[in-house]
Amino acid sequence: MTTAIGELPYFTVVALLAIGLYIILVKKNLIKIAMGITLMEAGANLFLITLAFNSGDRLSAPVFTSQILGGTEATYSLPTPHALTLTSIVIGVATTALLLAFVMQAYKKHKVTSTDEFRRLRG
Amino acid sequence: MTFYDHLIEQAPAMVVAIPLLFAFATPLWFKLSVKFGKLWALLGVLATTVLMYILAWEILSEGGEVTTYLFGAEDSQLPLLGGNAVRISFAVDGMSAFMGLIMVTVSLAAVLYSFGFVKKYTGNDKFFTLLLLVLAANIGMVFTGDLFNLFVWFEVSSIALCGLTVFRSERGEAFEGAAKYLIYSTVAGLILLFSIGLLYGQYGHLNIKFLSEAIGGNAELLMVDKVALGLMMTVFALKAGAVPMHMATPDAYSEAPAPVTAIFVTASQAGLYAMFRSVFTLYGSNIDLTIDLLHAAGWIVIILGVLSMFVGVTMALVQKDIKRLMAYHAISQTGYMLLGVGVGMAVYATGGFDEFGRTAMTGGIFHIFNHALYKGLLFLTAGAIIYKAGTRDLNRMGGLGRDMKLTALFFIIGALAISGIPPMNGFASKFLIYESVFQFNPVIGAIAMLVSLLTLASFVKVFYSAFMGPRMKGMARGEVPASMLMGMAVLAGIILVFSFAPSLVVRSLVDPAVNALTGDGGTTSTSLTLFTGQGAWNAVVFMGAMISAAIIAVLIRVFFGKKGMTPKGEGKKPYLFGNPTEIDGKPIVIPGSNVYWGFTKALDRYYRPVEKLHSGIVNEYVFWFVSTMVLAILVMMAWV
Repeated sequence: MTTAIGELPYFTVVALLAIGLYIILVKKNLIKIAMGITLMEAGANLFLITLAFNSGDRLSAPVFTSQILGGTEATYSLPTPHALTLTSIVIGVATTALLLAFVMQAYKKHKVTSTDEFRRLRG
Repeated sequence: MTFYDHLIEQAPAMVVAIPLLFAFATPLWFKLSVKFGKLWALLGVLATTVLMYILAWEILSEGGEVTTYLFGAEDSQLPLLGGNAVRISFAVDGMSAFMGLIMVTVSLAAVLYSFGFVKKYTGNDKFFTLLLLVLAANIGMVFTGDLFNLFVWFEVSSIALCGLTVFRSERGEAFEGAAKYLIYSTVAGLILLFSIGLLYGQYGHLNIKFLSEAIGGNAELLMVDKVALGLMMTVFALKAGAVPMHMATPDAYSEAPAPVTAIFVTASQAGLYAMFRSVFTLYGSNIDLTIDLLHAAGWIVIILGVLSMFVGVTMALVQKDIKRLMAYHAISQTGYMLLGVGVGMAVYATGGFDEFGRTAMTGGIFHIFNHALYKGLLFLTAGAIIYKAGTRDLNRMGGLGRDMKLTALFFIIGALAISGIPPMNGFASKFLIYESVFQFNPVIGAIAMLVSLLTLASFVKVFYSAFMGPRMKGMARGEVPASMLMGMAVLAGIILVFSFAPSLVVRSLVDPAVNALTGDGGTTSTSLTLFTGQGAWNAVVFMGAMISAAIIAVLIRVFFGKKGMTPKGEGKKPYLFGNPTEIDGKPIVIPGSNVYWGFTKALDRYYRPVEKLHSGIVNEYVFWFVSTMVLAILVMMAWV
């Protein structure tokens, strides 16, 4: 990376994934688990987007270069990861909506929001 | 070009496009009439099935060579230049075609079965729409030649299956099972996306073929290769339902309607496929570089397999919910496939591979085929039992065999096949696994045989509880609707036919699949007998011997036996726990849970902690997944 923000996006990716995973592993509230999943999604999407911004001649089909912005080095932004990220966002919306719908219905039937009580199926 | 050539050329795309088109057009036909809608869905599955069979025939008759299909190109057969990820491609080889055949066959039986099964529910249009969507997603997952595309199909399959799981929305538990499965598979899916990102960031490819060449082109294995493989393997093991990442599987399987559960089985096998594909194809292009990694991966898969076999079957033995019991068996049988292919991986490219590794792999992949058929059949019979019994509790059902003679027959076929009783097809694949795994490690071979025994034991319990004994209160009379019987008959018929020609399946379906994965050119013998290198199996000879033995036994009975051997006096009385006063004129019923009471009581020290681990808390489920993932990566780092 030869941008002003340097490696910061990668650290953000790791932080988002870690916080999301922490929430899913520790928090008992089902809505919070859905939030954790959304955070992990954001981490994965940011990772893909960050990968798109690359330098060197290894990659083809550049959409945008920093030279246009007055930069000196040829940095490319690849279109593919953007397409991947869009797809992944759409999938994320679907899973989050479905999960929230399930949690809502489970609450309607059994009046539970905690994973400790959300276990009629076990053993 | 003739029409047939065009058809073959476009078939890889059409096999996915047709169920998608039919899926989203289904609600429109349901607006017209329910009957039209159902027929439309059946037509969609039939068209997919026919096309898939034609495609598989073309691919397998050429030995399973890979056929690529390039989306959006002037000519779909153009070679993919430079591996740019701009175009999505399908790559169909022997293994993909093999999996595709399984998916369409089970889906066809499930749709037929659903005709009668969903009659008493509302929302049939959504049911059939999602059923076709799952079919498209599963086929897409095994056909894709592109890692990101694999992720997309993975998610489509999970979302659609979760939607189907809550079909019986009057049950709160259905939402619980679906939510757990969704949390599990979404977390896994995101990890998969992350690992795909890792590989893409390193190599700039998403296409599996180019990625594989790029990994093989390295001078030495990079850290990112190991991490990505560890992440991907664990994710696909979760999709396949391997212990200890199986926790949500019984929840979702038991709550989903029976035909959906049958399709769930094929979806989990798509996970197996993706795991084998990522290990063999993605990391197999330069075997000198990756041989240690493959061996480490093999041992991880073997350990997951042995755990799945054992924990799955022991947990099944103590279940009293019929579908939950069968779900645990599905986990246990997945262990055989993991074990077989894992042994192949662990000795890949060494002398042991030719000696027994290939046989183990053949057995593992053959077991995928057999498992989809008999497990699909068993889940369908479980659905039929619940349909008539009105309960899933084995303790509260009984006497169904009086009316449901055909269902009982189908159940016996499935139960014998899953337990690996000769001459059923389950025996043929397990035989290959026993013989080869025993050479690899005798202890694991012995565990594999023990698990089969316990499988038989728990199906005896189900048969006894559901079909035998006096008719319990609340059991409906009569046999299930004809369409449900038809769905079961399709699978039972295929099982019976292939039980007597196992080497035919191995030669024409399994060998091309194994060759596609390993790049090995081997085949098995051309006769009807299956050779393992140590022993041989021929179902026809076996049945001939059994029938002649039975005839001799009958002859001995007729000529030398004593007449009128009916019990008299004390021998007539039923004997129960040594206490004759329990009887007092009523029919004796031993509830299903009590059948193996002594056995489970003796194993209390095993059962108590293991049952406690299946706590039902979703946080712990995810914890198991994350810890397995970390362990897998650590093993790979330490090994290589």
